[in-house]
Amino acid sequence: MSTNVDIQNNIEKDYTTLNLGPTHPATHGIFQNILTMDGEIIVKAVPTIGYIHRAFEKLAEHRPYNQITPITDRLNYCSSPINNMGWHMTVEKLINCEVPKRAEYLRVIIMELARIADHIVCDTVIAVDTGAMTGFLYLFQAREKIYEIYEAICGARLTTNIGRIGGMERDFPEIAWKRIQAFIDEFPAMLTEFDKLVTRNRIFMDRTVNCGPISAERALEYGFTGPNLRAAGVDYDVRVMNPYSSYQDFDFKIPVGTQGDTFDRYMVRMQEMWESLSIIKQAMEKMPKGEFHADVPEFYLPEKQDVYSKMEALIYHFKIVMGETEVPKGEVYHAVEGGNGELGFYLISDGGRTPFRLHFRRPCYIYYQAYSEMIEGGMLSDAILTMSSMNVIAGELDA
Amino acid sequence: MSELHDNILQALEEHFPGAVISSGDEMDFPVFHLQKNQLIAVLTFLKKEKGFNFLTTLCGIHFPEQGDQEFALMYQLHNMMQNQRIRFKVFMPKSQLEVPTATVIWPAANWMEREAFDFYGFKFMGHPDLRRILNMDEMNYHPLRKEYALEDAGRDDKEDKYFGR
Repeated sequence: MSTNVDIQNNIEKDYTTLNLGPTHPATHGIFQNILTMDGEIIVKAVPTIGYIHRAFEKLAEHRPYNQITPITDRLNYCSSPINNMGWHMTVEKLINCEVPKRAEYLRVIIMELARIADHIVCDTVIAVDTGAMTGFLYLFQAREKIYEIYEAICGARLTTNIGRIGGMERDFPEIAWKRIQAFIDEFPAMLTEFDKLVTRNRIFMDRTVNCGPISAERALEYGFTGPNLRAAGVDYDVRVMNPYSSYQDFDFKIPVGTQGDTFDRYMVRMQEMWESLSIIKQAMEKMPKGEFHADVPEFYLPEKQDVYSKMEALIYHFKIVMGETEVPKGEVYHAVEGGNGELGFYLISDGGRTPFRLHFRRPCYIYYQAYSEMIEGGMLSDAILTMSSMNVIAGELDA
Repeated sequence: MSELHDNILQALEEHFPGAVISSGDEMDFPVFHLQKNQLIAVLTFLKKEKGFNFLTTLCGIHFPEQGDQEFALMYQLHNMMQNQRIRFKVFMPKSQLEVPTATVIWPAANWMEREAFDFYGFKFMGHPDLRRILNMDEMNYHPLRKEYALEDAGRDDKEDKYFGR
């Protein structure tokens, strides 16, 4: 929808410059866009990013492998467990460690819960930006339930630092299983209620259909992945394309849209929540017995009792805590399907205690550059909706 | 060597003799080291003829001890139809950080290249808008180069004698 207008030399028109952001209540994060407006139509948009840049790639070069997990929490903080698992799997690929089936299934459960939490945030916020506050308040109760499950598993709610290299830090406790079961029982009714409130609502559809569209071809050229690419009609999903953590064991569909507009992005996320719920159910049914972590003592903290009584356990405990674990040389790329798309970790190890180079392929960072093209020629209020439907998370954008 | 590696290498040697300096497999990825002046031609060929339609990621790497191969750029392509992924690397000395831009092939390369410029100082020739992206415009160095310490050595507000800061 880009408009080729000579802004500088056009004497017929009187353009207004509007500074949207950096801190604007409607942008849900720190994004600045300098907009050139013709009345209510956006003629040109220049985004500025980097307001919460925290130099994660530099930090990661100075931290031992197990201490990088907390950094990944802070990428897409709406679905931290997916980021954590992505990082663990990258290191597992490098050290060639096979994770037990049970650990993989536990990971699938926690990752799909995180995906639901991520999509809840995005979809309800789209509704808020069209003026529907009620759906947001209702469905955020479900997100709270997910956070309570995280809490039962790892003790944290937002920045979870869940799992360890080689598996999970502990098996799910009884209370976590109860909460997951309760969530599975309650969530369908909550999601259906939200669906009834919002999806076919006349105002909602008028606002979102054909708002900020992008064609499949353009989306691929701009490096879109995840729900935003699927909304444009490309059925690319890392979980199916390059299955990790036993995703090949589960039966699920990839919802796709046709227009690539805000409504499609909303609908794809709605459908994915149902699919995620089905994956969690399948994983609960098929949950194998066995260990919840692999036998990699160099990366997995031993039992405290063993540290006091066994020589090897004390050595490994010391090495892990001091960050003196040795890893093989090599370079590895591993991608997981994050809440927003393909979250990739490109890791170069020179055999030292820290990575030589760690590059995060952040889906937000790559697709947000299409934002100005998507909003140019549209209304200002559509630009806000387009941003919330793309689910741009500042933490992931700025890394 | 994987089958994918052999196929791509054969095609490249046929169309661009001398462009591939070395190649091999890194874990599950075929990796090719390319001549810098052939880079864009090779990427365009792979997109148009071999179906590598998607630029997954692009980043800079700094090897301070490699002499005239001190800086590297890594390009990772994905053929979504056949699910093949390959990686390219281009090495260059510190004095020649000019690289032809890939924005002519993929608009997605725009911000990725700005990031590589911001953090390593690569100069992408023909880039439409080569400015810093994540760091502030006033910054006068490229912070992901290995010679820059994590923290400014001159800081005195974080003195901590127990943990050696």
